[in-house]
Amino acid sequence: MNKTIRELLAKFGKLPVSIDQLADDADLYAAGLTSFASVQLMLGIEEAFDIEFPDNLLNRKSFASISAIETTVDIIKDNRKVA
Amino acid sequence: MNFPVKITEQNFTVRTARVAEIAAKYADAVDAEGRFPCEAVDAMKAERLLGIQVPRHLGGEGASTTEVAELCSVLGQACAASAMVFAMHHIKLSSLVEHGTESEWHAGFMRRIAAEQLLIASATTEGGIGGNLRNSICAIEVSGDSCRLEKDATVISYGSHADAILITSRSHPDAAPSDQVLTAFLKDQYTLERTHIWNTLGMRGTCSDGFLFKGQAPAVQILPKPFAEIAAQSMLASSHLLWSGVWYGIAVDAVSRAQAFVRAAARKSPGVPPPGALRLAEVSTLLQMVKSNVVAGLKAYEDAKSDPDKLSSMGFAVAMNNVKIASSETILEIVNHAMLICGIVGYKNGTPFSLGRHLRDAHSAQLMISNDRILGNTSSMLLVHKQDTSLLG
Repeated sequence: MNKTIRELLAKFGKLPVSIDQLADDADLYAAGLTSFASVQLMLGIEEAFDIEFPDNLLNRKSFASISAIETTVDIIKDNRKVA
Repeated sequence: MNFPVKITEQNFTVRTARVAEIAAKYADAVDAEGRFPCEAVDAMKAERLLGIQVPRHLGGEGASTTEVAELCSVLGQACAASAMVFAMHHIKLSSLVEHGTESEWHAGFMRRIAAEQLLIASATTEGGIGGNLRNSICAIEVSGDSCRLEKDATVISYGSHADAILITSRSHPDAAPSDQVLTAFLKDQYTLERTHIWNTLGMRGTCSDGFLFKGQAPAVQILPKPFAEIAAQSMLASSHLLWSGVWYGIAVDAVSRAQAFVRAAARKSPGVPPPGALRLAEVSTLLQMVKSNVVAGLKAYEDAKSDPDKLSSMGFAVAMNNVKIASSETILEIVNHAMLICGIVGYKNGTPFSLGRHLRDAHSAQLMISNDRILGNTSSMLLVHKQDTSLLG
């Protein structure tokens, strides 16, 4: 999953830095992720993992870093299993 | 014998009404001369309204955003430029109140704002960023305990009259454009060189000239939180809500003038409904819509305040954007409607029913943070955010 997220970040994130140099816990907003790019990234992630973000996870925290995105995707997948 | 009313009395509305009386007296002169509403701002200071939002333990009165919005609308009925200066000051102050209480320097700064009634301006726009305040070109340079900043600020509202400026920049010279911080500079820590004169259709008294800002200050004056969080968690909501309070005030005064016109006509010829009477009923519906919209927005903000996740959620940002779009568009319709009711005496300057200033001031609403930019932003969020379908939630 980490690899897919990094690929999507490279495609949609429009970051001024190289994705390879970003640590998993690096602050993506400080790295230059804009709100528009984060929406594009979300759409990419919804498509790639076949999930839909519920509104309570559509906030800055869910997209603050690569590991935060992983956690968010995990939560959504787990919730789906329960449901 | 009457003694002057005690200045620290709790009733904000009574104190603001006294300011509004002064603001109304000078509103036409402020507009015509495009000058700072110094009489109204002096009165705000005399009534100690500039520090009301500061928490009580720092010497303020702990006023909520809802209370401040109400005062914005009271002032907006008198002089939109004075009301906008008051609103903008309190938008900056809300950033400090929400994000600065844990920083020793900023807590001390708030004490001074309350004690000395300092007027705070802000510099978020910059030549070359295309109006997007979440982008900066300039960067703050920290060396040792001190920081330096130069910014080509295309707009600093009432910049020459402020006692301090909160200014955005990139957080360091290598930072990304969106990696921003907010720094407070006091008047004796910066110089301003005027680059543009504010000569506009309306809101002329805000004196939103452009300046080349050069400042140097202790580095502790940089707010410890990223500006992205400050923008998302307090500035977005407080600007849209307090501005909407001002705009509602403009609309209220326009409708009051229209109603006075209709009533006068009705008194002159009893039994015959005046031609504008029906339109007055229509415009009252529009006014109520704007009011409900702003009040619902204020409630949503006060509810979300205790929950930072909710505050920075897309659903909340969409709701606040919608408040701004709806109020800024509807007030134009309202003033226009009021003009149709008052007819030529509304169109003429210098009558009790004149609406030219209202119409010109109201036009700023769609442009300060352009509605097109906000709609673009909302439309991008709606690609993932699902529409709220509840009536009360």
